[in-house]
Amino acid sequence: MSDFWILLTGALVASCCGVLGVFLVLRKMAMIGDAISHSVMPGIVIAFLLSGSRDSLLMMFAALLCGLLTTFLIQMFQQSGIQSDASIGVVFTALFAIGVVLVSLYARQVHLDQDAILYGEIAYVHWNIWELGGVNMGPKAVWLLGTTLLIISTVIGLFYKQFKLCAFDPALAAAIGIPVALFHYLLMGLVSMATVSSFESVGAILVVGLLIIPASTAYLLTDRLGLMIALSVAVGVASTFLGYGAAVLLDASIAGCMVCAAGFLFILAFLFSPSQGIIIKKLRIRKLA
Amino acid sequence: MLADPNMQWIFLGCTLLGLSSGVIGCFSYLRKQSLMGDTLAHAALPGICIAFMLTGIKSIGLFLIGAGIAGIIATFGIGYITRNSKLKQDAAMGIVLSAFFGLGIVLLTLIQHGSYGNQAGLDKFLFGQAASMIASDVITMTVVCISLITVCTLLFKQFKIISFDPGFARGIGYPVAFLEQLLMLLIVVAVVAGIQAVGVVLVAALLITPAVSARYWTDRLGLMVVLSGLFGAVSGAIGTWISASVSNLPTGPVTVLAATLLFVVSILFGPQRGLVAKRLLRKSVKQRYHRENELQLEGSVKKEAAL
Amino acid sequence: MIQTPTPVKSRTTTVAPLSITGLSVAYQKKPVLRNVTFEVNEGELIGVIGPNGAGKSTLMKAALGLIPSIGGEVLVYGKPYRQQRKMIGYVPQRESVDWDFPTNALDVVLMGRYGHLGWFRRPGAKDKALALECLAKVGMADYAGRQISQLSGGQQQRVFLARALAQDAKLYFMDEPFAGVDAATEKAIITLLQELKLQGKTVIVVHHDLATVQDYFDSVLLLNVEVQGFGPTEQTFTQELLQHTYGGRLAFLDRSLQPPSRFDGKGE
Repeated sequence: MSDFWILLTGALVASCCGVLGVFLVLRKMAMIGDAISHSVMPGIVIAFLLSGSRDSLLMMFAALLCGLLTTFLIQMFQQSGIQSDASIGVVFTALFAIGVVLVSLYARQVHLDQDAILYGEIAYVHWNIWELGGVNMGPKAVWLLGTTLLIISTVIGLFYKQFKLCAFDPALAAAIGIPVALFHYLLMGLVSMATVSSFESVGAILVVGLLIIPASTAYLLTDRLGLMIALSVAVGVASTFLGYGAAVLLDASIAGCMVCAAGFLFILAFLFSPSQGIIIKKLRIRKLA
Repeated sequence: MLADPNMQWIFLGCTLLGLSSGVIGCFSYLRKQSLMGDTLAHAALPGICIAFMLTGIKSIGLFLIGAGIAGIIATFGIGYITRNSKLKQDAAMGIVLSAFFGLGIVLLTLIQHGSYGNQAGLDKFLFGQAASMIASDVITMTVVCISLITVCTLLFKQFKIISFDPGFARGIGYPVAFLEQLLMLLIVVAVVAGIQAVGVVLVAALLITPAVSARYWTDRLGLMVVLSGLFGAVSGAIGTWISASVSNLPTGPVTVLAATLLFVVSILFGPQRGLVAKRLLRKSVKQRYHRENELQLEGSVKKEAAL
Repeated sequence: MIQTPTPVKSRTTTVAPLSITGLSVAYQKKPVLRNVTFEVNEGELIGVIGPNGAGKSTLMKAALGLIPSIGGEVLVYGKPYRQQRKMIGYVPQRESVDWDFPTNALDVVLMGRYGHLGWFRRPGAKDKALALECLAKVGMADYAGRQISQLSGGQQQRVFLARALAQDAKLYFMDEPFAGVDAATEKAIITLLQELKLQGKTVIVVHHDLATVQDYFDSVLLLNVEVQGFGPTEQTFTQELLQHTYGGRLAFLDRSLQPPSRFDGKGE
């Protein structure tokens, strides 16, 4: 049964990240996704210190706040003339550092160690059960991630055309009156939510890996945005399955193996994608010659 | 705390580390490659793990080699992806960074679960613990930092020109590709030297934050490099000192927070570029325009009246 | 020095499609636009001409509210821009978007309908039919399903124009539509502009190629930070005013009365 819950959790994380990752990659904000996944850390720690529980609404809220703060600070520094990648670097390292300092200072009181934050504890997901009136409802993480996925798909589904236009041609979007900044922050808010609800089960690295790698893989495989989102989710889910298998075989970090599997699938697409793959391209040139 | 001679060494080492990272960070900032340091730091993890697995020894020298090789593979990978696909630099960096780090974590867990005798402390590499360094580590680090600063001083003019205008540098016959590779190598070395003190996750901040802060105070590269080195050194010193005085506090985050504090001061109060100075400037520009407009209007009214 | 448009034209009983008064924009200390004032007539093609860095693109962006101005007023058919968005079509510079975006030509044209759809509605069959029609008008009907990165520069520009047509606007802003396009596309674009004019629409075009100004435009706006001249082409597009607009660079300019390279308009 634990395998089932681990795979389901992984698949849910992959779906949340897969959908959002597509927009991050297309808007050339992959590294902002990376930054947010680090900088929600102080929010998580503070919420945890306040509430003493790991899956509170407060934690979601605090992380959301941190994510939006990160976005805002990066934007502000960029506008004041710092190069975009430097402002990303300054902001996320500072916030992450605050988070680590807080964990270190209160490490004895709280049950939140750095290892869990980096690698996650997906193996223990099925221990933390949600009981409703004495009935076993399944792991809390699954419910949390399911809700997040529902919110993400609803928001993206409702405002698909706005997100699409903001990604493709923000100037036109602004000219026809779409509040570009609002959708920017909305997307970043969703990324923060996805990050925080995935954090506990899979850790910081896996979130970044699953945000960026499957979306990039899908980008190489298709020319249609809708299909790209579907493929991104599919690649993400496949990575979690492959990764979990490898982790069991090797007795190694599950989260790490999942990211490695995603990397492996990316390499496959990079080499063999029917339209973009470099080996396919080479073969085509050879055929012509 | 500074009474302990070992601690004195560590303190000196971290200060030098901040100094050299700050100096090199300037060039990577001007070349718009700030996040490269972050990517290289994450990519170094599997290199370090493999070096440890092969030899079973924990030494900075060996880790430098492992991390250096991993860093070169990572840089090459990023370049290869951006050149051969429609993916842009940021996505390529994200892919390489997370995939390498994922691999590093897998190897790290393999080491922890496996029968590698001396593994305790390898996980300190994630967040950095300067106090865990032994004398030989500190000496290696000091030597590395001093050589980094020396190379930067000797090749200052060359690095300046390839950061500003690589095309021109090629024109006057500089070996640009070689210099770029060398600079990248220096970044890798700075990152790896910093990992034990600051940690994989945050070492990039030592390259980025002091350089950005220094940019706020001056428009001259020479002064910027000096200031950035100074900011880095101060951050390194404060970080080591505080983390050694409070138990259980890793060095990395404290150092980064010290650097961030300097950054906040710079962005607020930097002359010309600082937020306060800019706010004042914008106000005065706006006022001047409105005044000029009024004068013009008055002028034209007078002209019309004269006619 | 600033020529205010004289209301001699018979049609000007209606409100002007675009009226800009005292528009100023500054990046940091440097003024990019100073006290720009002009008013265009309905149903005209207006060329915006000036040297690099004269603020031509900035003028468009400021008029559309895409960048903040430090003073001035922009009225579209007598009302502030915000209330009149549906009346405006915009063609940004072709380099401003990433053509590797996963979408096809028809889909890009459909984006022109988004402004009319409100917050939640998706483009429907009617919008699709209109988009196909617009693609046909620019001679791109056969390319509807083509991935946009596989189109040539001229074809991409035509897709952008089709998208502007789909916006079904009354006033169009086009930022260098002729930059870096082939002769066939240039011809297609100018035919289209004439057609728009016949329908009583007003089109403002940032233009680089001085050799074609007299053939293409009814009015010109000579811009170099300030308005250097504005009015009917035959009266305004004169050696003297051009000299004034381009300053000492006119000697160089005489030699280069050919289409400039596509990167010319950047960095404004």
